[in-house]
Amino acid sequence: MDITLKVNGVSRTVAVDPRTSLLDLLRERLGLIGAKKGCDHGQCGACTVLIDGRRANACLALAVAMDGREITTVEGLAQGDDLHPLQAAFIEHDAFQCGYCTPGQLCSAAGMLGEPGPSAVTGDILVDPDLTPEEIRERMSGNLCRCGAYVNIVSAIAEVAP
Amino acid sequence: MKTFEYARAESPADAVRKFAPGAMYLGGGTNLVDLMRLGVARPDHLVDVSRLPLDAVEEAGDRVRIGAAVRNSDLAAHPLIRSRYPMLARALLAGASGQVRNMATVAGNLLQRTRCAYFQDVTRPCNKREPGSGCPAIEGDHTNLAILGASHACVATHPSDMAVALAALDAEVHVTGPGGDKIIPMPGLHRLPGDAPERDTVLDPGDLITGVELPAPPPGASLYRKVRERASFAFALASIAAVLDVRDGTVAGCRIALGSLAHAPWRAERAEQVLVGGPATGEAFLTAAEAELEQARALPRNAFKVPLARNLIVRALEELAS
Amino acid sequence: MNRVEGRVKVTGLATYAAEYPVEGVTYAYPVQSRVAKGRVRRVDASAALAMPGVLAVLSCEDPPRLATEAEGELALFQSRDVAYRGQLVAAAVADTYENARAAADAIVVEYDQDVHDVSLRADHPGLYRPEVVNPAFPSDTEKGDIEAGLDAAETTVDVTYTTPVLHNNPMEPHAALALWDEEGRLLVYDTAQGTSSSRDMIASTLGLPKEHVRVVSRHVGGGFGSKGTTRPQAVLAALAARAAGRPVKIALTRQQMFDVTGYRTPTIQRLRLGVDSDGRLTALDHTAYEQSSTLEEFAEQTAVPARVMYATPALRTAHRLVRLDVATPSWMRAPGECPGMYALESAMDELAFAAGIDPIELRVRNEPETAPDSGLPFSSRNLVACLREGARRFGWDRRDPAPGIVREGEWMVGTGVAASTYPAVRRPSRARVTMREGDFLVQVAAADIGTGSRTALTAIAAGALGVAPDRVHVELGDSDLPEAPVAGGSMGTASWGSAVVRACEALKVNGTEGVADTTDEVKQDARLARHAFGAQFAEVRVNAVTGEVRLSRLLGVFAAGRIVDPVLARSQFIGGMTMGAGMALMEETLTDEEFGGFLRRDLAQYHVPACADLPDVEAVWLDEDDGELNPMGSKGIGEIGIVGTAAAIGNAVHHATGHRVRDLPITPPKILALRF
Repeated sequence: MDITLKVNGVSRTVAVDPRTSLLDLLRERLGLIGAKKGCDHGQCGACTVLIDGRRANACLALAVAMDGREITTVEGLAQGDDLHPLQAAFIEHDAFQCGYCTPGQLCSAAGMLGEPGPSAVTGDILVDPDLTPEEIRERMSGNLCRCGAYVNIVSAIAEVAP
Repeated sequence: MKTFEYARAESPADAVRKFAPGAMYLGGGTNLVDLMRLGVARPDHLVDVSRLPLDAVEEAGDRVRIGAAVRNSDLAAHPLIRSRYPMLARALLAGASGQVRNMATVAGNLLQRTRCAYFQDVTRPCNKREPGSGCPAIEGDHTNLAILGASHACVATHPSDMAVALAALDAEVHVTGPGGDKIIPMPGLHRLPGDAPERDTVLDPGDLITGVELPAPPPGASLYRKVRERASFAFALASIAAVLDVRDGTVAGCRIALGSLAHAPWRAERAEQVLVGGPATGEAFLTAAEAELEQARALPRNAFKVPLARNLIVRALEELAS
Repeated sequence: MNRVEGRVKVTGLATYAAEYPVEGVTYAYPVQSRVAKGRVRRVDASAALAMPGVLAVLSCEDPPRLATEAEGELALFQSRDVAYRGQLVAAAVADTYENARAAADAIVVEYDQDVHDVSLRADHPGLYRPEVVNPAFPSDTEKGDIEAGLDAAETTVDVTYTTPVLHNNPMEPHAALALWDEEGRLLVYDTAQGTSSSRDMIASTLGLPKEHVRVVSRHVGGGFGSKGTTRPQAVLAALAARAAGRPVKIALTRQQMFDVTGYRTPTIQRLRLGVDSDGRLTALDHTAYEQSSTLEEFAEQTAVPARVMYATPALRTAHRLVRLDVATPSWMRAPGECPGMYALESAMDELAFAAGIDPIELRVRNEPETAPDSGLPFSSRNLVACLREGARRFGWDRRDPAPGIVREGEWMVGTGVAASTYPAVRRPSRARVTMREGDFLVQVAAADIGTGSRTALTAIAAGALGVAPDRVHVELGDSDLPEAPVAGGSMGTASWGSAVVRACEALKVNGTEGVADTTDEVKQDARLARHAFGAQFAEVRVNAVTGEVRLSRLLGVFAAGRIVDPVLARSQFIGGMTMGAGMALMEETLTDEEFGGFLRRDLAQYHVPACADLPDVEAVWLDEDDGELNPMGSKGIGEIGIVGTAAAIGNAVHHATGHRVRDLPITPPKILALRF
């Protein structure tokens, strides 16, 4: 099946096997290796990309179902040579070690900053909470990091959060 | 993954029309794609219903209508849900991760399948996946499986948080299908396993959930609480959705639904009956919890769920009463 | 200094094994055994071979050619015997990943099944004493009279702890991409913690001269030991590429990783300790029961850390192993020290409590002059200083030692302490440094699995050359570079760094190039007990209603020689402690007694800590000036962070609740079984 989707601002038309995930389409067909395959079941977050601006697990999306969507991967976060503030903060805070979960952490954080509603740790859910470290930790828990860089990930995001 | 035909539905009626034998509806995909990759779900056709115009949350008098394709995160963040049904918002926010909640739909959340390790592994027997093959969980790993309403054929649990809150709220599930439209009151959507654990729900082939309607919120205070060993991004060991209305020290109304303890969200009707009309005391709460859990049948590795459920009921009611 | 590869990692440009663009690449997908013991009777690939895009099927029906030296887990499809459930028994190769996976699913394998035995027990009749434990320690040691020591003791404890099967679970699944050239030379992009050793292993398994094999691992997405030995995917990719006549890529699924990439053996550990009225140990007896497979003997050195920790007139350590129908266990972060110190440091806490001595004080009173087992002097040892500094920072003096008394609503609060240790050794390595247009190119077949070795070696070379770090460029992760040992055993920086320093010194003499081989230098290292030490402090909250255990504070204080890079070091320590928190509270793979193999083979069931689990973790260190180690004066830091964490947390749970949970992980079911 032919689908057309916009990836990092560029329109791409590709013929896809209906079994192909968005993640495998990006990695194996479009040469975008930034989104990582860590579990292929939505359990680790390494494949996190933005679909129409919202963070999602690319491994759980079938490519055929993405026709017409706008996808942003970690390769699309920087503006030319200028790193996204989250990317710069991750380097500055040493918020990664092996780097394999990092693209997913970054896309997740970028998406998370656009999700003002309550979380599981919000006290009064009628009020959009401030992004305290506790809120960041809860909101970023869909991105596992086996190297254990969480402490630095939280401080990096806190620096960028409003 | 087995090959399949993919088609996108333009309307609920179109979806039902496109539903051929061996077909499945695709919503957010967060559980279906996962199960297809494991070989547990092997559809011949996928009918994509994720873009149907069923994505609104609307007020209808004192009721609220939720489209089946509303994403879990949108529902949790919706002002109507946060203000009138905070228990539902809490349940949604307790589930999965931010990414999964952005993808998962209301209907898909209701129809997610058990997380039993044997069900998810096609190389091992499972009566739910392969009727008649046996249930190794009963002798094996059933740590997070059912203590209520299980059968000799299946001890699976339903993993949803949202469905537990909907069960406590007396939500109605709106369905269309080859046999016409119907309304199923929660917790009636989900079955107990009995001799047919392959059937999770009362839905017929081709039935499509179009939405969920919430009656006016019941009077009283409410909460949702989830227990898990990892602080986030984990399925519940047990959960509770509870509403308590106390007037002059007497329980005027009470709703209790329990999660991860049964094949379906478990409405604790016995406990509710014991409580209503009686005193709102810790002693009464314990009596009610024990009345409910008399019917619990624990296995060696999940016996902890009995005291856990008792503690959760008692503590939830104490908190709501105070 | 920020990580030198930071920019490529945050922009998604860093290439991991499965990510190299290769023209005409194809995909392999393995088939795993469904029985735990038996023989493959028949493999029927006819349906698979008829499927679209399928290029080849490999199995024991037509065993691919391997060297006679090929053995154990790497001797793919050479035998019909099945050693464990999940072992690779066949594979399909196809033009796309989807086609390869569907084809593998269509391969029919029939078995003659035997009765399996997959259960470790301390009374298993098959238990034996291995000749050595990993890598080459004596299995048993004995000094003094244990029974007399226990008889003379004022207070004793005799306790047994169990730890479950644990899986390394690096975020990057094991993967390989293999290409053969027309001269029969093989290039493998592998997820290897060491390209030199991976090259050697692949070459010997395939029967190729070393010079015909090149292994490249520029970036590795974590390993924690599981990529320290060559794993089946590297051999499978090579065999599949040979069979298909095309480059082949294989990336194991998360589920497959549980079966074929190693794991930490479960342990049953019995500790008997005695202490006199002055708080001095009279006896320390540590026995560990562990498993290995029928394919290979891997005996984890679980009781070895007890040989270096405390002064005692009677010290006995022993390992007993049983070969089961299971996959072969292997290295996982701090093999030996991690599970062994969990048990020893829990038992020390029990002893302190039983004897009414502060647990820090008990450790201080039993500080040895020389290594208790070998009698060797320590190159440096600052355990006591770590304990004291940690106590000061953590507020230990405000702690009421009585357990089960601090309550905040539903939450019981407690604190605990444990010691850490890890050997500080180095191995021979080579390195080359060349001057190029005013900059310096450092080449060594080291690996950066997330430890920051590129960055650390840049700093080491810059220091040795006396130039700014931005003039130094480190090239690693390629077996064509000067031979180097694996990133493992916390030996990487010490080993590679020594060679880099010597190469830099040679360059300064030569002017343009310096090469080094530290084989002789390492051989001449004085016989000393070389270990890093540390102290870990944990504060936990245990919910009396739900049994949930939450970690509210974790502090590690370490003495690990000179710290090469403080930013990298802090990340390493905290990372290890985070993994230790997972071990304490959630990590567990179940063995399926009925069918064999493992259960909970994914990240929704095998829980590793999530961001929300670690609200407050800090690691600090004491400067240590140890001239006996290596030119940098450094001790390895990759593993000590996980050592002792689980004990500190378990000890804190006891302090919070008044109860001991002696089998990890400490989960709500186990807490709810207690009576407060």
